[in-house]
Amino acid sequence: MIEAQDLTKRYGDKLAVDHLSFKVEPGRVTGFLGPNGAGKSTTMRLMLGLDRPNTGTTTINGRRYAELAQPLRTVGALLEAKAMHPGRSARNHLLFLAQTQGLPSRRVDEVLDLVGLREVARQRVRGYSLGMSQRVGIAAAMLGNPSVLLLDEPVNGLDPEGILWIRNLMKHLASEQRTIFVSSHLMNEMAVTADHLIVIGKGKLIAESSTQEFIERSSEKSVLVRSPDAEALAGLIAAEGGKAIPQDPAEGRAAALSVTGLDAPRIGEIAAANRIVLHELAPQLGSLEEAFMEMTADSVEYGGDTPAVPPRTSPSPFTAASTTSPGSSQ
Amino acid sequence: MTSISPPAPAATTLPAPAPGHRAGFGGLMLAEWTKIRSVRSTVWTLIIFAVVSMGLTGLLTWLTLNALNNGRRRASAGGIITDPVNFILGTGLGLGQLAICVLGVLVITSEYSTGAIRSSLLAVPRRYPVMLAKGLVFAALVIVVGEIVAFASFFIGEALVNGHVVTLHGVQAGHVISVNHTITVALSQPGVTRAVVGSGLYLTVLGLFALAIGGLIRHTAGAITAVIGMVLVIFPLAGLLPDSWGAHVHAYLPTVAGQLITADKPTAGQLLSPWQGFGVFCAWTALLFGAAIFVLQRRDA
Repeated sequence: MIEAQDLTKRYGDKLAVDHLSFKVEPGRVTGFLGPNGAGKSTTMRLMLGLDRPNTGTTTINGRRYAELAQPLRTVGALLEAKAMHPGRSARNHLLFLAQTQGLPSRRVDEVLDLVGLREVARQRVRGYSLGMSQRVGIAAAMLGNPSVLLLDEPVNGLDPEGILWIRNLMKHLASEQRTIFVSSHLMNEMAVTADHLIVIGKGKLIAESSTQEFIERSSEKSVLVRSPDAEALAGLIAAEGGKAIPQDPAEGRAAALSVTGLDAPRIGEIAAANRIVLHELAPQLGSLEEAFMEMTADSVEYGGDTPAVPPRTSPSPFTAASTTSPGSSQ
Repeated sequence: MTSISPPAPAATTLPAPAPGHRAGFGGLMLAEWTKIRSVRSTVWTLIIFAVVSMGLTGLLTWLTLNALNNGRRRASAGGIITDPVNFILGTGLGLGQLAICVLGVLVITSEYSTGAIRSSLLAVPRRYPVMLAKGLVFAALVIVVGEIVAFASFFIGEALVNGHVVTLHGVQAGHVISVNHTITVALSQPGVTRAVVGSGLYLTVLGLFALAIGGLIRHTAGAITAVIGMVLVIFPLAGLLPDSWGAHVHAYLPTVAGQLITADKPTAGQLLSPWQGFGVFCAWTALLFGAAIFVLQRRDA
């Protein structure tokens, strides 16, 4: 259980974290989501006492990090993959960390087995890929068998196999009633990994809810209807209290409407009752990506001139993917 | 670079660690020893230190004696006759000490430049024990290597100068006189053992001095420049300050005071005794080490 209270961090004129408060509960994976520059890494450094907050405190299982006598036995953290001396072997990196906590060197071999690096552990870290460095970082986080884990962008640099592995590892650790706090700017990754989301933008809390709720609440659902008689259908929909917006006609296809306020079965019934032919009747589920973009549109730190929200009418690959992915998290 | 095959698929289950004992400060010292021995820069810097110190002691002593034999006697060569111990301990170790400065700086700045400091501070969030353990382990390493190299340098020089006969020419009461002088050095002569042991002690405190500066500046190049600039340029140049106050300022500068313990005989007008000078050097180093701990506690990592 982590409790962050009123965290603020200012670097010169720039407010990196702005009165941020949240709780991270054990037994589930909590995603910490925000665009680049939103203050996720800074928040994690504040929580772990690496940076000093201007205001606020963080308690982990009721105690501040600096008060923990052997902190790695309570909290495991992966902050940046390359926080190691490149001239030192992974084994020696883990060994010195173990020695600070009074852990036997046997433990180093155990965590090396966990991340699958035992074979190369005596080589210097300089030759490791980013993905392998991430694995060393995860091994370091698991050294003390901690009940709380903070992972900053752990899937960075991992191959698909590695991503799947860490996703399963986090879920497994959460199922053991550990507290898992994982940051990402990849919305779709969080959709399949996190049970709960804390979303920040420009250092401020934007939303906190379950992943499912987050998608449902922040993406208004619409239905795409394609019909050769779209104009007549639009009138009927309006009469039933729905709102139909004509879409740009696609070449060689019937005119399309984006309908809100009525669900797909109701629209189908209206069409049938009025003998209107439908070519397509497709509920458009908002994706986590879209929900996230809508929510953080005002708070993107380094945004360009292009609109942050993609036009709803052209189903993006994200939309297609998300109709299945949020539900598929086991 | 080295190509490493991708890791094998890994497990998701991990046995719980053995309960283990409370690590305490001993664990931190062990960890610092692991850190310092597991990077190549430590080994290389110490090898350079030993080779430069002993090699230059032998080479410069031999060259100077040769020059004297050939009748080429310059002012700089005079030291080998008037104070051979100081000549032996001052030449090689005078340059070798720079390697100790570099190592002292690297021990801390390499953690900042690589980001390893964040791993260290996550493990020890109280922070200052890291610096204390690092200082103790590094000092223990330098005192062992430093004493070995100081004694080895002395014995190399001793073997070269002992029994060497120099003919000195002088004018006394209108007559030119020649005197044969045999150079003899031994650990048993007054102040000599203290000077050799003191050379190792001086190097140890110098290493801690560099470590403290490294902790304050945090950047390798900047800290090395600062330390070597002080030791080789700024402090010696302060000897040019005028009057009595200038002499006092110079005498109390860290390495100027610290080097007194490496000389067997006092020089004319020396303001501090060897042990007083060493005490002054220790005090400076303790002050800077305290400042390094203070900023470690306060700054963001």
